[in-house]
Amino acid sequence: MMSTPRLVTVRENVLKHNDVLARSLRGRFRAAGVFAVSLVSSPGTGKTMFLEKTLAALQPHCRVAALVGDLATDNDAARLARTAAPVRQITTGTICHLEAAMVERALEGWNLAELDFLFIENVGNLVCPSSYDLGEELRLVLMSVTEGEDKPLKYPTIFNTADLAIITKMDLAAAVEFDLAAAQRSIQAVRPGMHVLEVSAKTGQGMDAWLQFLQARRAESGGRIAEEFSIPSKAASR
Amino acid sequence: MHELSIAVSMVEMAAEEAARHGGVRVKAIHLKLGPLSGVVKEALLFSYDVACEGTPLAGSRLVVEEMPVVVYCNVCRAERPLASIQYFCCPICDTATPEVRCGKELEVVALEIE
Repeated sequence: MMSTPRLVTVRENVLKHNDVLARSLRGRFRAAGVFAVSLVSSPGTGKTMFLEKTLAALQPHCRVAALVGDLATDNDAARLARTAAPVRQITTGTICHLEAAMVERALEGWNLAELDFLFIENVGNLVCPSSYDLGEELRLVLMSVTEGEDKPLKYPTIFNTADLAIITKMDLAAAVEFDLAAAQRSIQAVRPGMHVLEVSAKTGQGMDAWLQFLQARRAESGGRIAEEFSIPSKAASR
Repeated sequence: MHELSIAVSMVEMAAEEAARHGGVRVKAIHLKLGPLSGVVKEALLFSYDVACEGTPLAGSRLVVEEMPVVVYCNVCRAERPLASIQYFCCPICDTATPEVRCGKELEVVALEIE
């Protein structure tokens, strides 16, 4: 005899496991007073260079560490380790994004209370990372001047889920006839009110503004800012 | 392409739920999917069959209900569905509307069991 199918209500977020873990990470970061920042972009936007310069500028004043995600190789971690900050590579194999569980595993053995900032560089990808909360306090989406002003329109979800947009490689803007106003329009179309910073990690352009922004956001979040914590105006140059 | 790992999570979740109901057979999973979830419907449907293979859910269906992006317009003081996720402005008064009320769903709402 055939039984009749019936509906059972479930109402469960498919990524609940990740979300629960991300919330617990966020709680740990807050309790330890570490401000966690994640970076997402296409491959080749310049995340690692940007992070390298950020770590170098922050390091004399505060305690920083970084996790870097890639499908393969630990080249990025090796590059970032030159700054002498603690850096760990997360090699994802075939997985195109970081998940909260990978971040949690990578943090093993680190005393978060000894850190002021933790940077998490996602795998270069503008699609998949948008679905996964990593427990970060601030999510940056980066696009370079060589990628086209309409990038945000092509990947609205990642721009919509980010807190700050950074336009990188500004030193190349003139050479590639980058239309800054058009890029701004694209960003504002998919995320009205989004704060946008224009930087060149290579020349140092815009890096001071970024570091000031970071400091302000950390202060707003109630982090323990050391008395002497201040960013010198030439922090990011060369 | 992260839809496969998402499909695997869904299948695991449904199998656990079925076990809780005394080992019933799951005929279908009903899912609400928002455009801001970062998940592509077609890729998810394709991945679903792969994820079901060799599990108690083999042969089951995935029923996707696509949700609109709904924003709150401060000027109209009302919730409005967006015409396009490339343009976060009120479809009535054209005011920029960053406040998302709906559209991030990736939620199993029900299981069809027998």
